[in-house]
Amino acid sequence: MKLKSRIYNGSLYVLLCGELDTCSAGYVREELDKVFGSGIFKQVIIDLSELQFMDSTGIGVLIGRYKKLKDREIPIFICNPSSQAEKIFKLSGLYELMPKIV
Amino acid sequence: MKKNNENYFEMKIKALPENVPFVRSAIATFALPLGPTLDDIQDLKTAVSEAFTNAVEHAYPEKWGDCEVDINVSLDKLTNKISVVIGDHGVGIKNFDKAREPFFSTADNLEEHSGMGFTIMETFMDSLMLENNENKGVKLTMTKTIGNSKSCAQAERSC
Repeated sequence: MKLKSRIYNGSLYVLLCGELDTCSAGYVREELDKVFGSGIFKQVIIDLSELQFMDSTGIGVLIGRYKKLKDREIPIFICNPSSQAEKIFKLSGLYELMPKIV
Repeated sequence: MKKNNENYFEMKIKALPENVPFVRSAIATFALPLGPTLDDIQDLKTAVSEAFTNAVEHAYPEKWGDCEVDINVSLDKLTNKISVVIGDHGVGIKNFDKAREPFFSTADNLEEHSGMGFTIMETFMDSLMLENNENKGVKLTMTKTIGNSKSCAQAERSC
């Protein structure tokens, strides 16, 4: 599992690469918190184009990050989910917390 | 005695997070002779991941990582059905009905658990059966009829 991030025009872009499950969740959680704690940005865009697998552990990780950023009034958006990630997002209602953008 | 149109494997594996990717990939790869579509493979991998993760995270709260999970997988080539049985020997599920409700979790750090595991397994597989024995463990049986063989090569690349 790998994370890449950059800030551009006030948005923090995070690219998740690999497989997000209980095995990688701790690392992803820590890295996201580290990235969210540095730099100035008004919104976060999580790009899932290189995420090859995600189960409900990923939903838990994302909801946890959403709650932390909500206190700072910073919204999260999701882009490029795979068809499988999309199914899980729709089933869990996650798009209501972090909408999908194109 | 197993019938000729059946194939199966059994394994015993430690309940460790690092084994989750191996377990889901092994079972998905084993299903390839049934000619799964890419969607079949992804559904199977996700459901297996949820089931094994439950055993890893909830079955052995006091001796975490020091226990085993039994896995039995069988393919029926006549009906094109895969059956996956994942059984632990842990504490069982105390609140059995609640556990199957969406968004319910017994985990301490609730914000990090979606409580969607059973909902995902029920949605992505055709059937899900749970045998719960407090202090003896949980046995979870899932089945799925696998679809069209044309997408086999595509599915192979995702295992």
